[in-house]
Amino acid sequence: MVSPQTMRAVRESGATPQSEFLLEISHARKEFPGVVALDDVSLQLKRGTVHALMGENGAGKSTLMKIIAGIYAPDSGNVQLRGIDIRLKSPLDALENGIAMIHQELNLMPFMTVAENIWIRREPLTRFGFVDHHELNRRTAELFARLKIDIDPEIQVSYLSVASRQMVEIAKAVSYESDVLIMDEPTSALTETEVAHLFAIIRDLRAQGKGVVYITHKMSELFEIADEVSVFRDGRYIGTHASADVTRDQIIRMMVGREITQMFPKEEVAIGEVVLSVKNLSLKGVFEDISFDVRAGEILGIAGLVGSGRSNVAETVFGVTPASSGTISINGEVVNIATPTIAIQHGMAFITEDRKETGCLLSLDIQENMQLAVLQDKYSRFGFVSQGELSRTCEDMAQKLRVKTPNLAERVENLSGGNQQKVLIGRWLLTNPKILILDEPTRGIDVGAKAEIHKLVTQLAHQGVAVVMISSELPEVLGMSDRIMVMHHGRATGFLDRSEADQVKIMDLAAR
Amino acid sequence: MTTTSDALATPRSRSRKLPTELSILAVLVGIALVFEILGWIFIKQSFLMNQQRLTIMILQVSVVGIIAVGVTQVIITGGIDLSSGSVVGMTAMIAASFAQSADWARPVYPALVGLPVIIPLVVGLAIGSLAGVVNGSLISYTKIPPFIATLGMMVSARGVAKWYTKGQPVSGLTPEFNFIGSGIWPVIIFLGVAAIFHIGLRYTRYGKFTYAIGANPQAARVSGINIERHLVKVYAIAGMLAGLAGLVTAARAQTAQAGMGVMYELDAIAAAVIGGTSLAGGQGRITGTVIGTIILGTMTSGFTFLRVDAYYQEIIKGMIIVAAVVADQYRQRKRKKV
Repeated sequence: MVSPQTMRAVRESGATPQSEFLLEISHARKEFPGVVALDDVSLQLKRGTVHALMGENGAGKSTLMKIIAGIYAPDSGNVQLRGIDIRLKSPLDALENGIAMIHQELNLMPFMTVAENIWIRREPLTRFGFVDHHELNRRTAELFARLKIDIDPEIQVSYLSVASRQMVEIAKAVSYESDVLIMDEPTSALTETEVAHLFAIIRDLRAQGKGVVYITHKMSELFEIADEVSVFRDGRYIGTHASADVTRDQIIRMMVGREITQMFPKEEVAIGEVVLSVKNLSLKGVFEDISFDVRAGEILGIAGLVGSGRSNVAETVFGVTPASSGTISINGEVVNIATPTIAIQHGMAFITEDRKETGCLLSLDIQENMQLAVLQDKYSRFGFVSQGELSRTCEDMAQKLRVKTPNLAERVENLSGGNQQKVLIGRWLLTNPKILILDEPTRGIDVGAKAEIHKLVTQLAHQGVAVVMISSELPEVLGMSDRIMVMHHGRATGFLDRSEADQVKIMDLAAR
Repeated sequence: MTTTSDALATPRSRSRKLPTELSILAVLVGIALVFEILGWIFIKQSFLMNQQRLTIMILQVSVVGIIAVGVTQVIITGGIDLSSGSVVGMTAMIAASFAQSADWARPVYPALVGLPVIIPLVVGLAIGSLAGVVNGSLISYTKIPPFIATLGMMVSARGVAKWYTKGQPVSGLTPEFNFIGSGIWPVIIFLGVAAIFHIGLRYTRYGKFTYAIGANPQAARVSGINIERHLVKVYAIAGMLAGLAGLVTAARAQTAQAGMGVMYELDAIAAAVIGGTSLAGGQGRITGTVIGTIILGTMTSGFTFLRVDAYYQEIIKGMIIVAAVVADQYRQRKRKKV
């Protein structure tokens, strides 16, 4: 094991040992509480190549990248840079070793200029120790000229469009003169001309012998820019191919090709009347013209990649972000759902995508979390909460859902992901919902708890609840749903019936 | 994921663990004992065995305590209230002008002297609540940070207090009005208010929503809570309690001055934070704040008792407040590691 400082010294002396691979990761494993994000993953990046990483959401690409970029340390496994074992302790370590990353979420400081952003921490100084703005802007202009980027180095970043910011990020990464560049879906904010521009930059870098790790969801980009492609699934490495040797279908099969086991106990449920009917629902700039019906006892699955607008549709139906046009009817009557309170009054329940961000009250205990949605109109007299009655109700619910905890005074942040999710489901079941919207109900929880939650949703359908379930896990959508709506770029690209749906068809509609 | 056996799958009711206030109480006892020992060493006197001293000590912090009860609720929602000290000054001035007795030579409103005591009391609480409603509405509906909204109120309310009589004190208050500041009434009011809001936070929907908003505003919103309206309530209550503190201050001094309550907001925030209320929101209890208030009082009283120079007192007090927040951050970090 060599320290990053030594590596850096070796690299600066120019005596870099020649090895076959620029970067080699072997048998990396990374666990987070409740979930194995990476299991025995290997990756080899050759000099002068663009290596694409593909996989569904949650396949482990992002975790792997963050290990390369020094943000996470792997629990086990090796990272070799130019044939030497290293252990990166921070993103700074990675940068100093010649690994730069372009993050998917932009990391620029909006109230500083473009030049200040690019050279942050590396500002040229005058003799007196002040920042030399002339030199700073000159270097930036030089860098931009090389990359053919047309942005004023002195403009404040907050005035730039998202696409221009992305180009600044790319220039910043290039400015480190790194040997390894990691790009996480760099084109998601770019227009076609800018994509072509980016690809020109990438080809140039490749010609200089640098290695690019390129994460994408877009099949077309893969064939246009990548030399090699590695596919991941469920935190495991599936395989690597030269992109000239594979077809689109082969890659889709590698991405989704797992067996649907007995995990999904789909039962025949009597389907009743239409409970929730959504017509031409739009939210300006986010999604457009979404229409669907859900009947009592029916499970409607919504599939699509992250960013396709799935969650936004759910939030709009529930009144979190009211629609800009379109109608929502419940039991045949058009209702104006302007706030979540109105949605709850109409028998809706919404289990949100992000447990920690919009679900749990982490610093409070289980009962406090569970009772939150019923306090509005039940279990309180003259403003006082009926503690005893509510305690019993919450206990019954926790028992029914098999929340594993010694008692309800346990803080929710001490529970595993699966148990937190059960607490949130409990919160909404206490309201006796007629319509249940689930957004990624089993993300990041283990197999056992997953199966329990699936069973519970099936039971609820049996009781005549209309269920809308958003999920990135195709087997889950296929196994649970009666019908599936697939979304892409804010539009519904198709509806598939249970009998005709399969993973390839869904991926086809979701990633066209 | 816990792989606990099914024996654990049956949750029992909430048996509370030892409350966090116990550690704060231990700090209070520790500080008192240190003063007791230093007292015997340096001035051959007992610190604690002097009922008069203890009474004065708690009387002195009652007003800050009343404010701290309101500020604690604001901090639990994840906000802050910097305006309370100025609201004390403003309500003291305005309420006192309605509490002047008929035989006073230069009343503010010559036509309105010798009014029943209920009128200045209602006026004071109403003015305080109004200031709170303005704070809360600014925060809820213009989305400016609580720090800025209440900073504005802090400056403006102090301005109102000075403008009201062009800086002149308001004196000659009726004995009925002065009564609420006499004897140990301020202490009784402080503890009464603390008891009401202790129950309010723990056993009512109002309290549950307050904690929920501080713990995770998005989750609270998705659960159907009207966050905006609730925040207005919380700031209105904090304002009302600052108004009450203004009444007590004026009654105790038997006069009102525009400079009353300067820096009280910071003492109140300090009391809440020392008492375990997290500035990150979602955590805190009134019992802790009461103990935190008494800790502040004990320190002032103890230093005076030891004849420590007033300048040193302030220096040390500042350090203790910072130490309390450092301890709070440390607690937070430790919690996250679980």
